[in-house]
Amino acid sequence: MNATAPLAHDDKCLLRPGNTNCGGCGMSVGLTMLGRALDKAEDSCSLVIPACCGIVTAGAYPTTSYGVPTIASTFASSPAVASGYASIRDLNNEPGQVICWAGDGGTYDIGLATLSAAAERNENIIYICYDNEIYGNTGGQRSSATPAGARTTTTPTGKVEGKKDIMSIMAAHAIPYAATLSMAHPEDFAEKLATALSMTGMRFLLIHSPCPTGWKSEPEDSIELVRIAVASGLFPVYEVFDGARYRISIKPDGTDPAEYFHRQRRFADDEIDLDETRRVCAERMRRLEVLARSFH
Amino acid sequence: MSVQVITGNHAAGYALSAAGEANRTSRGTACGIYPITPQTEIVEYVAKFPFSKGRVVPVESEHSAMAVTIGASIAGARAFTASSSNGLAYMTENIMVAGYYRLPIVMVGVNRTLGPPWNIWADQGDTLMLRDFPWLQLYCEDSQEVLDTTLLAFRLAEDHRILLPALTCMDAFIVSHTQTETTMPDQADVDRYLPDLDLPHRMRYDEARTIGGLAWPHEGLSMRLEIDEAMKRVPDVYQECRQRFSEVFGRDPGDVIQTFGTEDATQILIVTGTMATTAREVVRERRAAGEKIGLVKIKMFRPFPEGALREACATAERVAVLDRNYAAGTGGVFWQDTRAAFQGHRDDLLIQNYLTGLCGEDVTPAVIGDILEDLSERDAAGEPVWMGIDTTKETLQ
Repeated sequence: MNATAPLAHDDKCLLRPGNTNCGGCGMSVGLTMLGRALDKAEDSCSLVIPACCGIVTAGAYPTTSYGVPTIASTFASSPAVASGYASIRDLNNEPGQVICWAGDGGTYDIGLATLSAAAERNENIIYICYDNEIYGNTGGQRSSATPAGARTTTTPTGKVEGKKDIMSIMAAHAIPYAATLSMAHPEDFAEKLATALSMTGMRFLLIHSPCPTGWKSEPEDSIELVRIAVASGLFPVYEVFDGARYRISIKPDGTDPAEYFHRQRRFADDEIDLDETRRVCAERMRRLEVLARSFH
Repeated sequence: MSVQVITGNHAAGYALSAAGEANRTSRGTACGIYPITPQTEIVEYVAKFPFSKGRVVPVESEHSAMAVTIGASIAGARAFTASSSNGLAYMTENIMVAGYYRLPIVMVGVNRTLGPPWNIWADQGDTLMLRDFPWLQLYCEDSQEVLDTTLLAFRLAEDHRILLPALTCMDAFIVSHTQTETTMPDQADVDRYLPDLDLPHRMRYDEARTIGGLAWPHEGLSMRLEIDEAMKRVPDVYQECRQRFSEVFGRDPGDVIQTFGTEDATQILIVTGTMATTAREVVRERRAAGEKIGLVKIKMFRPFPEGALREACATAERVAVLDRNYAAGTGGVFWQDTRAAFQGHRDDLLIQNYLTGLCGEDVTPAVIGDILEDLSERDAAGEPVWMGIDTTKETLQ
């Protein structure tokens, strides 16, 4: 697949043009990539979207920016609604994936118990979290995905606590597939979507999703920011099969994370402990490398 | 058809399962289930049922139980669940969504006191807190009524003129755990009564449509108005469903307002649920002694059958509304709606509220006797009267 080929602008594409997403929105890129992966796999999907920017993307009734069946769920409920919906799909032998498309608030915070339960039941759904590390839809409040130091409207002097490790939580459920995706690496991104689409059972994908509005960054910097996050080890890109077999997809190249913080005005340069950040990133990568070695 | 001695929970589990099974020739059935005393036996029954085309999903909360049920219903399945008390409170956000999505989900609510303090006994405050949502609400008196009403609720909810979810309610323990003689319908008759569900707005996998997203005020308003129009059609469609029920099962599932001795009554007791069983006996005795006392049982609470209630009380000079619930700062919920129903129609009618049986207190014949005594001695209606408690005692604080 050519990840840079222009999209056919027909109403069958997953994210139609004319939506109201912000410039530089990572979620838009993620949806576009998802649409291409489905096309390539000759697959289709229904979306279940909880409260988040993703449902605002649809636009106003009766029009919609989504070219697929799309159901809005309550904030905490997308994996549960998807469970019921997918059950009836399976009972009727109907095609197509049932995909939850949720932000970090709906995943790390309010929907975590629901997500955990769906994972424990190994529901036949794909859960994709576009993680912009903030409650973007409500104007930028902290979530448990917000990294330490980030200023949000509810952490005006910078968040004290670090980011929750949602991948470890999901891997601990021993679901068939869990993976992190970076849109700075579209080939890997597409490959992981293809892997998820080829499997059954619960699949969890975490996308590092830039949000210029919340990150106080320039829209044209979005992809560069997530590239630095991968290269410096801030956002490890890896996959976990059955909660046991780890594979690191993109190795950090020693890039200094300083630039990542410097280019986002949600961080104050002099408040980020870069040494501590480097230490945490190195430690996390070391741990992942051990896991990846143990199971290969 | 067989006669068995079963609990209200058993009756509810039987009706929900048979209704789900009846949709096996269409898109099947699915539900989310979660335990809470005293309804747990209902979901246990459903979990054991060998559905030909169905899936029961045991989830991690009531909120998700309704969410799974919603997902299944949107996909066109016959979907149902059951809950009670704080479980209904926890589920509330998704209960609301099921209504506004116009999904014909049927839920059995076992009326249990909302906590704190922790209390597992009967009180209708839990389902009545849902009163302003687009759900039909039907209150039952015994196992037979629970079974019949739950089956009827599916037909009513799924009628294309209605398409609203329905809640069948029963008093905790007094119905849920008390065995009474119940005629059990055969699956073949349930199949005849409940045709394949055809949900016109179900989501199809090959259709690019978004539901539940943003709608501008005017669109939202139109959707609310459509709900109001559907609610107004319920009384007529209910009678059709009731008639068809009698044809298929040879039994009357009961009217939305049920009367006993009201034809000449000057004083009428207005009750719901199991209070009707006790009150009917008191009324029977009093009438045998020559007193012109009658009984009205409200079976349907949403939509509130104002016209039928007014008609049932045509000869009354004074009515007592017995509420096994308390809406904080006002009084009983049935009393509020009863007053509204008579406003401008019968301003001469004395309508007095009695709060009784709250938090699982027993409503005994003696309590009903006290209420009748108070009612007959009144010059005018006053504040709601708390029965079984001396509100003048300082120890109440």
